[in-house]
Formats: sequence, structure tokens, C-alpha cells
Amino acid sequence: MHQEDIVIVTLKVNGVERPLAVEPRRLLCDALREDLGLTGTNLGCEQGVCGSCTVLVDGESVRSCLMFAVQAGGCEITTVEGLASGETLHPLQAAFWEKQALQCGFCTPGFLMAGVELLRRNPEPDEAGVRAALAGNTCRCTGYEHIVDAVLAAADGAARERTFAEEPEVDVAAEVVAREGR
Amino acid sequence: MSQPRSWRGKAGRTMETQERRWIGRDLKRREDPALVTGKARFTNDVSLPGMLHAAVLRSPHAHARILSIDADAARELPGVHAVLTGRDALELIDPVPCFAAEPVEERAIAVEKVRYNGEAVVAVAADSRYVAEDALGRVRVEWETLEPVADAEAAMEPGAPLVHENLDSNVVYDQTFTFGDVEGDFARADRVIRRRLRWPRAAPAPMEPSGAVCAYDSAAGRMDVWSNTNMLNFVAWTIAGTLKMPPHRVNFHPMYTGGSFGSKHVLGKQVAIAGALSKATGRPVKFMEDRADNLMANDSQGPERVYDAELAVTDEGDLLSLRLHTVDDYGAYFMFAITGNTNMMAQISGPYTISSVETGIKAVLTNKNQQTVFRGAGSDVGNWVLERLVDAAANELGLDGIELRRKNFIQPDQFPYKIPTGNVYDSGNYPAVLELALGHADLDHWRAEQERARAEGRYIGIGIATAQQRSTYFSTEFWFHNPAPATGLTTSPESVRIGIGPTGGLTVTMFSPFWGNSPETVVSQVVAEEFGVDPEEVAVDYDSTMHGLPSAGPGGSRMTVMLSGAVRGAAAKVKKKMFDIAAHLLEASPDDLELADGRVWVKGFPVEERSLSIADIGMKAYWHKLELPEGMEGGLEGSYTYDHPYASMPSDDRTDLGAFYPIMGHACHVAVVEVDAETGRVEFLKYLAAHDVGTVVNPRSLQGQIRGGIAQGIGIALYEEVRYGPEGENLSASLDEYLLPGAPDVPRVEVLHHETPSPFTEYGVKGGGEGGRMVAPPAVTRAVEDALSPLGVKIGALPITPEKILTLTQGREA
Ligand code: FES
Ligand code: FES
Repeated sequence: MHQEDIVIVTLKVNGVERPLAVEPRRLLCDALREDLGLTGTNLGCEQGVCGSCTVLVDGESVRSCLMFAVQAGGCEITTVEGLASGETLHPLQAAFWEKQALQCGFCTPGFLMAGVELLRRNPEPDEAGVRAALAGNTCRCTGYEHIVDAVLAAADGAARERTFAEEPEVDVAAEVVAREGR
Repeated sequence: MSQPRSWRGKAGRTMETQERRWIGRDLKRREDPALVTGKARFTNDVSLPGMLHAAVLRSPHAHARILSIDADAARELPGVHAVLTGRDALELIDPVPCFAAEPVEERAIAVEKVRYNGEAVVAVAADSRYVAEDALGRVRVEWETLEPVADAEAAMEPGAPLVHENLDSNVVYDQTFTFGDVEGDFARADRVIRRRLRWPRAAPAPMEPSGAVCAYDSAAGRMDVWSNTNMLNFVAWTIAGTLKMPPHRVNFHPMYTGGSFGSKHVLGKQVAIAGALSKATGRPVKFMEDRADNLMANDSQGPERVYDAELAVTDEGDLLSLRLHTVDDYGAYFMFAITGNTNMMAQISGPYTISSVETGIKAVLTNKNQQTVFRGAGSDVGNWVLERLVDAAANELGLDGIELRRKNFIQPDQFPYKIPTGNVYDSGNYPAVLELALGHADLDHWRAEQERARAEGRYIGIGIATAQQRSTYFSTEFWFHNPAPATGLTTSPESVRIGIGPTGGLTVTMFSPFWGNSPETVVSQVVAEEFGVDPEEVAVDYDSTMHGLPSAGPGGSRMTVMLSGAVRGAAAKVKKKMFDIAAHLLEASPDDLELADGRVWVKGFPVEERSLSIADIGMKAYWHKLELPEGMEGGLEGSYTYDHPYASMPSDDRTDLGAFYPIMGHACHVAVVEVDAETGRVEFLKYLAAHDVGTVVNPRSLQGQIRGGIAQGIGIALYEEVRYGPEGENLSASLDEYLLPGAPDVPRVEVLHHETPSPFTEYGVKGGGEGGRMVAPPAVTRAVEDALSPLGVKIGALPITPEKILTLTQGREA
């Protein structure tokens, strides 16, 4: 590797700035897994098909095997390691555990990231919506039913929490617009 | 032979009378927190100081001689530490393990010629995978291409090019087995149902590819291996042979495995590539397959069979005899011999009282990646073939398929039941499983829907399959197909160690890795049952092969059965010692003691002062030698190697194969589909699965296996096929081309359980890991065929892709 090939790039991963010296061709997945030691993101195909390497880049789900690390410079990246707060699981992680949405767990980080994005875009999806949103992620173990149930359960839990916490301030008109817009 | 224990019916579930505290509880899996947070460590997550990364150059040809390899430019690339051709590797590694009697040699890196598109030709170790792949781009190979044999039929032609020149023919195995009076039964039959049936080559394709990190330490003369290979303490010693190492100096570390489905039993090739490069460089080396490596060269493709299948029946619908002749395309090597064909002999006659069977097997070598096993291991094919014949019989005889099945079921009072091949079915209640399924299937509703749809020109179909799911293999299945006296392997063990520490904490150690099921959860539930403690208090760990006990590992739906047995055996040893210590301290006889709620009590004296906690006893065992019974060894632990609970030898003439897969589960699946004649898409309107795998240890874990297996069964029925072109070129080396079902393709599955405990296993457990995949294909096939029956369509080949459906529907309509 020649010195002139090296690019300095700073990724903000799970809230922490991480400067890196990488070749321009280095994939984001390898930077995360090998350079930053965040091995929770798994590689199932490196062909951009299976979705197991999904991370969030500025809130959008991205296949980290299809993006160069240098393209993510300055971006906020969230990986599976960034979902829980301390020992408290993210509600979607908790739902995956509760519903046994995994067997080998290899695809799970990718599904979690895709699920987090889905629930942000559409907090109250129906089953068909969940299945469609997860169509880019492959799981060979579960048959998907428990994954779909986990996402629906997390949506349900969040909806209940919203009603509970935000009831006095709900702007009914805005909510209707938001729902129709989805 | 022992008799089934007493049991009673209860709301559609058959339960043993004995109530259990932890076995059968629907507990959340203890494996999951590490997996949902990304903390679980898979093979690709291993990183060692100084570790290099490997990449492999693969053959672009299906059949070619290697004339020369120029790797100088690759060696000169900065960052490259080793470049190994097959010839270079000869000093470092021997052929990879092969469990066939036939002399079919496979090397991790091809030496003289390549036998399939994707075979390894050069392996490189470099500072990064990037540099390793750069180096591969600089290798020049001079080839002499040879005519490929791209399918079994071509391979059998006289004068066909030989895949292995040391064999006279590509037909590497050719035998016919006859069990019972096949001639007589066919002569007696009113009719013979004949079908030609094709099962497609498929790939397990777990989401995690295979791989290994090897660290060779020349000073210590030792190799450490972190690999997702599964049969650690059973066959890892043969991989040590490949590495040219004494087996007791090769330490395999059990790794979390991202699914196997048969593809990771013996990763001789992957370990050999990393191991050879580690020996060559003196540094740790990681070789991880990428998806193309996995789909081209993993050595785990499933059967590719054509059957000439015949079922002898009477006009009244009695199923008399079965005659199956198959040509099976094994690809370029023969690692597990014809295991996929012997396996299905365990349940070849299904749940039916068929009294004789003939099965002829021609195994053919071709220029494809080799066949070994894929979940179901050939019994998936057997179920599909038999159920296809039963459906065809119903059709031809004008009988109802359900009635025909019911009429021919082995009855509950006939167990243990010996089938024609000699295998024994331990227990079962097939009519009850069928009734359970029908009770939830609402067939009247769906038949009415079907009528309505047909009137509108739409196609709705109903498919039912009733089929076996053998569990807990016995190792005679690996060799009994060879006509020789019965002298082969007769062990199929699984071990655990249970230790109790000075503060009473229980630790269970397993010697087979986590492979995607729930071994930690299962083991902690069984330990909790045995010791009367909460499963959450039990610590569970794995140990490496240097510290290992005999353990065959996952495969053939055995782990829940075998781990339960091993835990029970180890617990008995530990409890014996606990009772001896307690008896000494409480001045009672061990026979008067009992263990409940984590304490040892004197029977009939439920007072705390006359009892000892597990911690009390643990502390005495560790710290108070003088308070132990005279001469007793300190410490408190027990290990147990549980072997097959019920098996027997094959006869020398192989007219009786012995009991080799006797822990027999059963299932009934009901699928309702709508076929879109415009697009060819198959949509599921309902899917129901009633399973009987004996005592259920953890319902959610089992249901996960069933649902996931059904998704794979749907995959092979509708989408999955490893395809090769006319020149033997692999046409499905990415997940874009090898289609796996996605979330929108797989329906919800209503899972029902019926529990007929096994009389032979501990707690009556049977294995349920493969049943979903073994039973779904015939149900789905029949549903599609039933949907298209107004067009007179008969389905004899999988997968039923949209293209095929369009050919069928438009062809007939045109
Ligand atoms: S590893 Fe990135 S999509 Fe499969
Ligand atoms: S849980 Fe194994 S691939 Fe999804």
C-alpha cells in the first residue's frame, strides 16, 4: 500500500468520532469490522444481496458491503452495537428476544437495523408493510414469522408508550396527515 | 425392547403422566442477548495479532488440466506473505478427509487437474484480503481444457470423460437393495403406480459462510483452529491428519455458527487452506469463504436425483410395495459416500405399512461441486417421492388422498415397528397427528373457496402430506451400503461435564458448538429439571477439542436428544456424590435422601436443619476434605458420554440394516395456495403443520426450527436450484441467482404439537430439527398440482418456478 493511496476520513460511529486512515477502496463494512472492531455487523454475501451487513448512515439503511468507508466521511453511522443503551436493550432488540426472532443470529444485526429504519419511517406498519420493508434482508433460519412478529410487537409497544407519554400534546390533525402520508 | 411409558391425552396433546418443572417450558433463549447485541463471536470475528488474510483463485473451467502456474508476480506484490499452488501445498497438507470406501481423493488446492468450476487452484496469504485478491489477479495459469461431464446422464455414457482417471467409470456406486418379498407383492398388486420424478440440486447456503482461522506454533508443535466446522470431537482428528499434525496437538475452538443445515459438518478444505498458509508463514491466517466461494465450492450441495418410482397397490387402496431406482449426481468428489441415499432408508416406507421395498442407487460423478448433505440428508427427497406416489395412487384409484393415507398408517399399538429395511420406529400416533391437523385445517371452507375460484378462472389448491422425520442417527448409516461384513463405526456420542463449585454454582460444559439451535437453553432446562434449580442460575460453556470429550455434534436431528441424555447421565454422577457427602454429614443412608428445590433432604423430614443446600455440599467438597467420607476424592463434578440409546448392527447380507434411526418423529402439513396463471406466482393462503417429536423441551425453539425448515422446504419446492451450464459452468454463484425465499414469500405457519414420547430416550425427547424441511416439499407440490388440476397438470420435478408454471398453464391453455 502506498502512502499516497491513504485517505484520512472521520466516521461518527454510534455517537463517537473515529478518525481512520484507509485506502479509498476500503469497504465500510471492513472499516467497521476490522479497523474499529465492531464485528456485530456480519457479512453474508459481500454481493449486496443478503442485507446482513446493513447499518444506518445518517439514519438511512445502507449495505455496508456496497459503500466505501471514504463515502461515509462525516456521516453518522449506527451499527448494532449502538442500539442498546448500556445494559438496556433497544425495544426492537428486546422484541427480537421475546419473540425469538432469531436462531443462529447471523442475519439479526442486519434485520435490526432495517427494522429500526422501518419503524422510524412508519411507526405503525401492518404485516404486509413489515414483510415488504424486510424483503431486502435474507434469513435462512427462521422463516421470518417471528421476525415480523417482533417488529410488529416493537411497533405496538412504542405506540402504547406514545399514547401514554404524549397524549396531552397530540396534534390530531398532524397525526392524521402523517398516517395518510405513509 | 422396552414398552412405551404410559401417557394420557390432553386437549390435542399427548403428554406423559409425569409433570415436569422445566422441561417443556416456553422459556426465552439464553443464547439471544449476545446475538441481538452483536457480541456473539463468529469465526469471521476472530482477530489475532499478526493475522494474515487468505483468498483463493478458483478454476474458471469445469474440467481442465493445470499445465503450469506462474505466480511470481503475485509473490512479488508487497504485503503478500505466501502463495501456494497445489504442488507447493503437498508438503504442508494431505488430502482432505473422505469417508467413502472408494478411492476418490480430494485436495484443498487442486494439484494436476480441476474437476469443477470453482475448485481452488492457488491460495494466497497477505496483509489484507484486498492485497490477497490483488495477488490472485497476478497469477497466470496455463490450462488444457478437457471435455466436461456436465450431468449424470452424460457421465454414464460409455466412453464419457472420466472425472477421476483412477476409476474405470464415473458410476462410482451401483447397488440394488431388496427388503422383503418385492416380486411377490408386485405380482399380488392390482395396479402399479409409476412416476418419473426429479429432485433438484440445492445448496444449504447458511447466511454465514464457512471458514477458519489457523494459528500454527512451530515451537510448541501445535495448531489452534477457530472454525465453524461442527463435528469437533468426532472427526476433527481426521482434519488434523490433513494438516499433517498429531490430532492431540490440534486444538479446535468451538465457535458460534451462523447456520449450517448440513454444510459445516467437516470443513476439511477450509481448515486445510488456512492451516497450510499458517504453516507456510508462521503466522495466524484467516480464510473465510465469500458467498461465491460458498456457492461454488462449499462441498455441501444436496442430492440431484432422477427416480423411476413404482408403488404396488390394490384397488382397495392398500399400499403393498415400493420400488425406487435412482440416478444421483454426486459431483466431483465423494466425501460422505452415498449417505444421502442410505439416510432415507431409515423411513423409506413412510408412516405406512408397506411390507417390502426395493431401492437401487447409482451414484455418478460429474464436473460439479460435490454433493454431501443438506438438512434432511436425502430423507427430504424420500418423503417427497413417496408422497408423490401416494397422491398419484389416490388419483389413479379415484380415492381420497386423506382416506388412503389413514387406511395405510401404522397403528399406535404396532410400535415399536420394524420397517422392511430393518430400521425400527420407536413410537408414534399417526392418526392422532392427522386428526389434529384436520381439526385446524378447515378443509370444507377451503374446498368451497377452491370451487368458487375455479368458477372465476382462478387456481386454488390444497396439499396434504403425512410424513416421517427420523431423528438421532446411528453411525452404521455411513458404511452399511458397502457389501462387507459389519465392522464399521458404531459410535455416535455426545458428552457434557457438570461441575458444582464451592458456592453451589452449576456449570455445564458442552463439546459441540452452537450452530443456530438452542443448546444452551436446552441444557440449562434439563439441568434445572435434574437439580431443582432455576435454569437462569446454570452457567453454560463450551470447551475446545484438547479438553474435549467424545461428541459427534449437530446433524441428523440429534442434539436435543443427545444433550438431554448426556446431562441426565452426568447429573446422576454428580448427584450420587452429593448424596454420599450429604449422607455422611446428615448421618443418614444415601437411599433415604432426595433432592428438591436445590437442597438434599432426608425423605419424610422436610425440616431445613436436616437438609443441605447444593452450596453447603459444594463447599464441603472443595474446602473441607476432613469432613468428607473416608477416602473420597475432593471436588464435585461429573461427565457423561451418552451414546445412541437404541441401535443395532446390519446383517452381513444387508437384507436387514438394523435399527439406525429409530427415534422417529412424524408430521402432517396442510398447504393452501393460489397460483396466479398470469405471473406464475404461488401465494400461500394457509399453512398448517402438526408435528410429533416426542416430549418437547422448549416449544418456541422447536417452533422456530419447524417454521424455518418449512421456509427452506418452500424454497426447494418453488425457487431453489443450483444450476450448471452445458460446459459445467456454475450459473448460481450469487444470492441473486441462487434464490432464497424472502419475507414476502413465506407464509405464517400454524404449528401444532402432538407428543408421543420416545420409549428409548431420556424424558421421551425426539429430534425435530429437520422435520419442517422434510415435510413441506410434498405438501407444497401437491397444493400447486391440485390448483392446476383443471389443466390436467402433473408435477414431477422441482422447483416449480414461475417460468415452469407459465409453461404449464399457457402450454395447456394454448
Ligand atoms: S453482506 Fe452486504 S448485502 Fe450481503
Ligand atoms: S437467524 Fe440464522 S440466518 Fe437468520
